[in-house]
Amino acid sequence: MNIVVLMKQVPDTYAERKLKSDSTLDRGSVDGIINELDEYAIEEALQIKEAHEGEVTILTMGPEKATESIRKALSMGADKAVHVIDDALVGSDAIQTSYAIAQVLAKTGFDLVILGAESTDARTGMLAAALSERLGVPQLSLANKVEIDGQTVRIQRQTDEGFDRVEASAPAVISVVEKINEPRYPSFKGIMAAKKKPVETLSVADADIDAGKVGVANAASQVVDFADAPPREKGTIVKDDGDGAVKIADFLSSKKFV
Amino acid sequence: MAEVLVLVDHADGEVKKVTLELLTMARQFGDPAAVWIGAGSDAGAEKLAAYGATKIYVADAAELSEYVVAPKAEVFAKLVGDASPAAVLIPSTAEGKEIAGRLAVKTDSGVVTDAVGLADGLVAEQSIFGGAIIVHSKVAKGTPIITVRPNSAPAEEASAEGTVVPVAVELSEQAKGAKITERVAQAKSERPELTEAAIVVSGGRGVGGAEKFDVIEGLADALGAAVGASRAATDAGWYPHQFQVGQTGKTVSPQLYIANGISGAIQHRAGMQTSKTIIAINKDPEAPIFELVDFGVVGDLHEVVPALTEEIKKRK
Ligand SMILES: Cc1cc2nc3c(=O)[nH]c(=O)nc-3n(C[C@H](O)[C@H](O)[C@H](O)COP(=O)(O)OP(=O)(O)OC[C@H]3O[C@@H](n4cnc5c(N)ncnc54)[C@H](O)[C@@H]3O)c2cc1C
Ligand SMILES: Nc1ncnc2c1ncn2[C@@H]1O[C@H](COP(=O)(O)O)[C@@H](O)[C@H]1O
Repeated sequence: MNIVVLMKQVPDTYAERKLKSDSTLDRGSVDGIINELDEYAIEEALQIKEAHEGEVTILTMGPEKATESIRKALSMGADKAVHVIDDALVGSDAIQTSYAIAQVLAKTGFDLVILGAESTDARTGMLAAALSERLGVPQLSLANKVEIDGQTVRIQRQTDEGFDRVEASAPAVISVVEKINEPRYPSFKGIMAAKKKPVETLSVADADIDAGKVGVANAASQVVDFADAPPREKGTIVKDDGDGAVKIADFLSSKKFV
Repeated sequence: MAEVLVLVDHADGEVKKVTLELLTMARQFGDPAAVWIGAGSDAGAEKLAAYGATKIYVADAAELSEYVVAPKAEVFAKLVGDASPAAVLIPSTAEGKEIAGRLAVKTDSGVVTDAVGLADGLVAEQSIFGGAIIVHSKVAKGTPIITVRPNSAPAEEASAEGTVVPVAVELSEQAKGAKITERVAQAKSERPELTEAAIVVSGGRGVGGAEKFDVIEGLADALGAAVGASRAATDAGWYPHQFQVGQTGKTVSPQLYIANGISGAIQHRAGMQTSKTIIAINKDPEAPIFELVDFGVVGDLHEVVPALTEEIKKRK
């Protein structure tokens, strides 16, 4: 199977994240890491490859800096990578991103596209659905379990009540949630091997992406303004001397919760 | 006035509270029109009318619920084409955002996700990076599609006609790609749903074990609250994953959030920082959660929480 994993480099959530004056994310000033759920996507792709054969390609759209994360994904065991880098893409929203990625996928071809259900920076959670719509292939999203049986793909789709069993035929788009698997750490051998794996870089023109449809200037959703959230007022903190519960109850009463 | 389409979030014929909040918000921008996809609309129609739905579009063909998300987006695409609404408001659940994503592609429109408020000109307020930054955004193209988090506005009654309008859609082959073969319901509880609850009582690593979550559930039940958990607690298997609050779990914005034995890591805060009132019980006075609280107690939760539960029962 030809499996393409969508991987996004995001700012480490332990770092302070800022917006620049043009309201795009300041990606330069903080450490970039693989979006956590995308590590689960990579792991799932590797497990499918190991059980059924195939090739795993990492597809990233992002700045030069994302190269570090691509190497990490390759050292986990992916075979090759495609990196779309172009200033025209800066500040694209999720719907534009789905357009750009669909254009690239049209070129690379795929049996399965696997991605994280949500990124930690944008958190739109729309990409799997938008891609499935654009590509005209089944949406197997929010998977906490994936099973491949020939061309048939079955997943468990996480719901608020439990899960739905869902079935489709490849090609398909799969998004994964936390706890679907335990992502592996790159081995020393994997790290060495990754250095020789091919990474193809594409510009917007190379990928047949219309520059007039991407980037912050053409986004269909726009930021009007932004500001730091006002700090919360400092609360009352007391030590429990056997009366902690009564004090909380008093506080709750004063706020009319009880 | 143009219509504002509101997706009805419902389960077993019961309209979820977020729908009523969205209908209330919608009045500011046009005539609220509820969109009910699936069975059971008879049971819910009265409520929708009471909260201002001038129309209730009902698409109840069984087929629509047999496939993942795509049919719902096709219903909306048809309504957007027919009614040219001023906006589409969708509850910001995982599935709600997926419907929004497909609809945006179909109608060549923009989407704003996870709004926590809506002001003049359909300017949406978003709280990003774990609540550190407030952003105002708007849709600049097509029909504004906005997904709104539960508890972003009060639900206020304002009775309207609630005229039922049946909607029939011919599903495309493409929409039938991902077939739902079975629905499995796990742990159904009597407690309010986590993202909708007015009060959430959460437990973290400090709880110390699956069986000890009884203490957390006891307090939650005394307050009529939902139960949440930190990732440390769900990772340890003490509480099911669907109750995880935080960056990779649910985002909650209740009137009151009580964190028990939770340190307040940035990824946990990302899911609860917009709660109106925050209380924490933690034995470590240096725990970062105390930076957020309105009221905090430094102490052992195994002593404080059961005593608090008793105290609340006594006062009720
Ligand atoms: C990419 C990523 C995503 C993540 N997503 C999430 C997420 O969605 N949700 C989430 O919660 N976390 C998430 N995390 C994990 C997060 O970083 C923390 O590890 C986690 O929130 C810690 O949970 P905790 O506060 O329960 O445990 P700890 O940090 O171990 O804190 C336990 C607290 O309990 C206190 N305590 C112990 N015993 C008692 C007692 N008897 N009485 C009172 N207090 C006691 C301790 O003083 C301590 O403060 C994520 C991490 C990463 C890297
Ligand atoms: N620029 C990008 N390059 C590659 N994959 C992406 C990009 N943006 C988003 N994704 C994928 O889409 C998922 C959902 O992202 P989001 O829509 O931002 O919540 C992520 O987990 C990634 O797998």
